[in-house]
Amino acid sequence: MGAELLRAKSLYCERDDRVLFENLDLQLNTGEILQIEGRNGSGKTTLLRILSGLSNNYEGEIFWCGETLGEAKEAFLAELVYIGHQPGVSAQLTAEENLSWQCALHPSLDNSKIGYAIAQVGLKGFEDVPSYQLSAGQKRRIALARLYMSSAKLWILDEPFTAIDKLGVAAKEALMLKHLSQGGSVILTTHQDLSDSMPVRTLSLGKPQTEVAYE
Amino acid sequence: MSDRQVSVGRLFAQTFKRDLVLAFRRKSELVNPLIFFLIVVTLFPIGVSPEPLFLAELAPGLIWVAALLSTLLSLESLFKADFEDGSLEQLLLSPQPLFMVVLAKVTAHWLMSGLALTLVAPIMAIMLFLPAEGMPGLMLSLLLGTPTLSLIGAIGAALTVGLRRGGVLISLLVLPLYIPVLIFGSSAVQAAITGLPLGGYFALLGALLALALALAPLATGAALRISVSG
Repeated sequence: MGAELLRAKSLYCERDDRVLFENLDLQLNTGEILQIEGRNGSGKTTLLRILSGLSNNYEGEIFWCGETLGEAKEAFLAELVYIGHQPGVSAQLTAEENLSWQCALHPSLDNSKIGYAIAQVGLKGFEDVPSYQLSAGQKRRIALARLYMSSAKLWILDEPFTAIDKLGVAAKEALMLKHLSQGGSVILTTHQDLSDSMPVRTLSLGKPQTEVAYE
Repeated sequence: MSDRQVSVGRLFAQTFKRDLVLAFRRKSELVNPLIFFLIVVTLFPIGVSPEPLFLAELAPGLIWVAALLSTLLSLESLFKADFEDGSLEQLLLSPQPLFMVVLAKVTAHWLMSGLALTLVAPIMAIMLFLPAEGMPGLMLSLLLGTPTLSLIGAIGAALTVGLRRGGVLISLLVLPLYIPVLIFGSSAVQAAITGLPLGGYFALLGALLALALALAPLATGAALRISVSG
């Protein structure tokens, strides 16, 4: 088992008077994939936003490499790639323009790999097309292209495979395995099953609710 | 320069360039404030009185109010698109100083609104029969005053970006802070017309700008964090 990267202690979060999770402990070591499972609305995205430091709407403590997130904020952000529910791709900009701004924001992304990353996600030939002319899957691919340029340790991915085709998912899985072998780790949510070869640990959110049939 | 300074400088340049490119691709947002400015100033003589003496007396205040309102109009879009497509989250997760990104965005916004307004203001002034002596005062006061409007407005835009209809709220939040700029700006033009010394007004406008430049990006950054966190 690798060294501890991220640890959360007794997280508590409520939203609109509904408790999403309480007393939630989790630990992520290097070389691990943690998949957050749960029904729609069970708080997966909220948890990812809390873990990435975007949301302060929680109680409990989060540690990055042993230090609290507040103290280690800068070191933590330097090692983080977060691809959220909204992929962070400006519709009016081309793939290349989007990625080069991302590189300026995140020094962990390698500026010289933009061309390579665009080719890897299958957008070669679309570099100069404004993103609004691309399909939903292609837009998400622009966001995912960041993973090919990143040297960050922690990837937090919220539904990364939405609208991505099977071949694309397989390529991303291979990329994740490579990332793990280099001492990185991944937290993700997805409703698609990852292939069995992936070393995935799962965390289930939400109480086992009884299905209410309305029909 | 250290690597860090280089990368912060690059961040500023890249963000600035990105926002300019975005503004030019969304033409309507670029042109709207200018058109609004033009409409207010052209309609006023028609609606009130075309008497040159009357208009000349009104011109400093009218041009300043029109510039202020059209800046206000353009503010809502400052962070809106970035909020909706998730770019704002990426921006907040950058280990780079948020201050610089905000400053770059506001500078780009000012270039598109405040500076453009300053450049067309002389034409508006001629339409309103502003005496020629007032021109330098008008240009300089707008040049010093409109960046302050953009900087202060950014705080309001950041606070309301998460709300569905933030436009009205921005006005309520920001207008009280705009009033000093309006007072000193239009008084500078009045003073220029009557031949009084202008130094004091420009010093005050400059002081407001310096204050806004130092504090507004910090407040805007904090406001963005609150808006995205919610």
